[in-house]
Amino acid sequence: MKHLLRGVFLAAVFAAAPAAQAQTPPGVLVVGQIAEPKSLDPHAVTAVNDFRILMNVYDGLVRYAPGTLEVEPALATNWDVSADGTVYTFYLAEDVTFHDGSALTAEVVKFNFERMLNEDHPFADTGPFPLSFFFGAVESVEAVDDLTVRFTLNEPYAPFLSNLAYPTGLIVSQAAVEEYGQDFGRNPSGTGAYRVVDWTPNQRVVAEANPDYWDGAPTLDAVIFRPITDANTRIAEMLSGGLDVMVEVPPDALAQFREDAAFEVLEQAGPHLWFLILNAKEGPFADKRVRQAANYAIDKAALVDDILQGTAEVAAGPTPPAFAWAYNEELEPYPYDPDRARALLDEAGYGGETVTFFVTEGGSGMLDPVAMGTAIQADLEAVGMDVVIETYEWNTFLGEVNPGLEGKADMAEMAWMTNDPDTLPYLALRTDAWPDKGGFNSGYYSNPEVDALLNEARTAVDQDRRAELYKQMQVIVQEEAPWVFVANWKQNAVVSDRVGDFALEPSFFLLLQDVSKP
Amino acid sequence: MGAYILKRLLAVIPVMFGLTLIVFLIMAMIPGDPATAILGSYATPENVERLNRQLGLDRSLPEQYLIWLGNLLQGDLGRSYSLNRPVLDEVTERFGATLILAGTSLVLCSILGLLAGVVSAVRQYGWTDKVVTFVVLIGISTPSFWLGLLLILLFAVQWRLFPASGMYAIYGGGDLPDLLHHLVLPAATLSVVATGVIARLTRTAMLEVLRQDYIRTARAKGLRESRVIWRHAFKAALVGVIPVIGIQAGFVMGGAVYIETVFQWPGIGSMLVTAISTRDLLLVQGGVLVVAAAYVLFNLCADVVQTLLDPRLR
Repeated sequence: MKHLLRGVFLAAVFAAAPAAQAQTPPGVLVVGQIAEPKSLDPHAVTAVNDFRILMNVYDGLVRYAPGTLEVEPALATNWDVSADGTVYTFYLAEDVTFHDGSALTAEVVKFNFERMLNEDHPFADTGPFPLSFFFGAVESVEAVDDLTVRFTLNEPYAPFLSNLAYPTGLIVSQAAVEEYGQDFGRNPSGTGAYRVVDWTPNQRVVAEANPDYWDGAPTLDAVIFRPITDANTRIAEMLSGGLDVMVEVPPDALAQFREDAAFEVLEQAGPHLWFLILNAKEGPFADKRVRQAANYAIDKAALVDDILQGTAEVAAGPTPPAFAWAYNEELEPYPYDPDRARALLDEAGYGGETVTFFVTEGGSGMLDPVAMGTAIQADLEAVGMDVVIETYEWNTFLGEVNPGLEGKADMAEMAWMTNDPDTLPYLALRTDAWPDKGGFNSGYYSNPEVDALLNEARTAVDQDRRAELYKQMQVIVQEEAPWVFVANWKQNAVVSDRVGDFALEPSFFLLLQDVSKP
Repeated sequence: MGAYILKRLLAVIPVMFGLTLIVFLIMAMIPGDPATAILGSYATPENVERLNRQLGLDRSLPEQYLIWLGNLLQGDLGRSYSLNRPVLDEVTERFGATLILAGTSLVLCSILGLLAGVVSAVRQYGWTDKVVTFVVLIGISTPSFWLGLLLILLFAVQWRLFPASGMYAIYGGGDLPDLLHHLVLPAATLSVVATGVIARLTRTAMLEVLRQDYIRTARAKGLRESRVIWRHAFKAALVGVIPVIGIQAGFVMGGAVYIETVFQWPGIGSMLVTAISTRDLLLVQGGVLVVAAAYVLFNLCADVVQTLLDPRLR
């Protein structure tokens, strides 16, 4: 059946394709991806590149409302949270079916989470599930009736809802997992707007419109995801008409697309922060004034405008503005003020000690780390700091930085992209998140007040209360400067002028349900 | 001849064994591990440990290697953790694509290289020779990934004559004309350097042969010049050039790594690049094994052909 469908579909597409090479047919959207997907099992993957496909094939119980990072109903039409914040009851939409024809029930939802969380589950071998700790607080999942599912958490955990909106929370077909086992990731079945009909490794993933989509059938006939790992080749393919949408456009190429009327450039700030971890335990940065001096000395506007060519905005504090509800609007970025930096260094008695700076060659969300590292080195040297750069390949870099900077370095580049304002500060700023305790606080920042605020914000059920706590945390952290806050990246995409109703989301997901291409 | 080939093939086994051991050790020595690569920013020691356990990477290195070797002997190359599919499937598919690309390039560079070399030698110091030598020099000196990008810009973006990347059209297509259409730019790019090398060597070999007495005798007998050159001189020169073509086959396979990345050709070269950066040990092992086997076989073929051409070597 699947082959028949595919045959019919391809024949239709071929017949519709104009004779000219390098012109994509109407109704079919060709998306340039940066790599081959690892798997189309949403619980088994970690890369944004894979999420771009998955978000169109699957749905979660909840999702982010368009243009925001606030959750709204999806497969669950509504939900209750117990007063103590530990029991979440979701009511599922009726008559939702997976692409393989099986029905969405509470049992299926239970199966999804148990497969991920329980290492003794009969289908645990279809993993591993690297991000299952997103749901580490889940103690039990219970199917109350056919369409009611109840999650019991071992402690109140406010990010639970936004984690459910993350790709790790997408719901897969139990029947398909049982049928395909370890190969489910290559034979995906979800409830989403598009159903995968063909995956030719290293060439394409074809997803056809799902006419029975519970949230309204898409206008497009199909979406084809093409992996093109080399950025220059991706640009050439876009310019020659072989792609309709291209994501992660290198800054250097944006101008060319902006000047060309055949293309539209879109940008959207997202929950991303590019920062420098400062070693607050030893060396010059143990003194708050030296850390502040670094924040004043680095010309962030120049980094963002010249090196990143406007593809990012200057960051003010530890929380990206994309988390609109939790972001403290009153925060102003540290201004570029070398004189102030010099004065602070004098006051702190900085005597020209060498500062070791870990720089990475690349890596997820790291933008242009070598050029940025060099510019930062120059800025710090201009105020009298002696900075020595050590450059590492990304995996090696993580292996050096994550266990902590002590005895190795005074500062290190880092970037995070998260889905809840809790994640980054909770994992990287608390005292209990020092590397020896299993966290990412590689610079050993410690402030009991920040710890208390973050712990309360994580367990508070009321979103307004959480927002208030995060805003207080941002003020303290900005002043104490455990990091140099550098940039918030704007996701970009180029679309051809034949594509309509395309929008980028602050979540950095690529949602294609409403896109048209006559 | 049969015994010779068998002996050569048997000698391959220790080479391959040593090779897998070296690759295994290098992969174990480079910092970073698959779990860190998969988890990225979320690579806490706790998460890494859990994932390593699930991937079977918590065992000791010798243990991991022996398990791999044991599976290999049963024809099982393991399961790739970065692609979540059997290594054998991935490697076979990818190697097929590389063979198409490298094979076409090899044929292309052999024909063009030999032709250019012969023409150059016959017209030594003439205009043709100078032009050919100049072009060959440029060919050898051009970085192939840059040439690839240049060709894409001209032929795909500017004139839209050939597709910029890929092996088949993304919709429709899938037949031989479609494949050839996609093959033109990458195969041309990949063959440039090898063409140059073969041309230079052919020229030298031809010049040497053309000075031999038997060529003078052939000419004195009144044979047509074309017959003298192709039948008498070229055949003799070829004996010296064939092993070089064998070595070039290896270089073309190696060069495919860049070219496949530039043209998004789904071959084994681009697979290895990704596999190394994701620390996918099993995939790297499988890929290297196949590439090395191919390299050894190409050289063996070259030796066999050489032996057939030159009776003195038998």
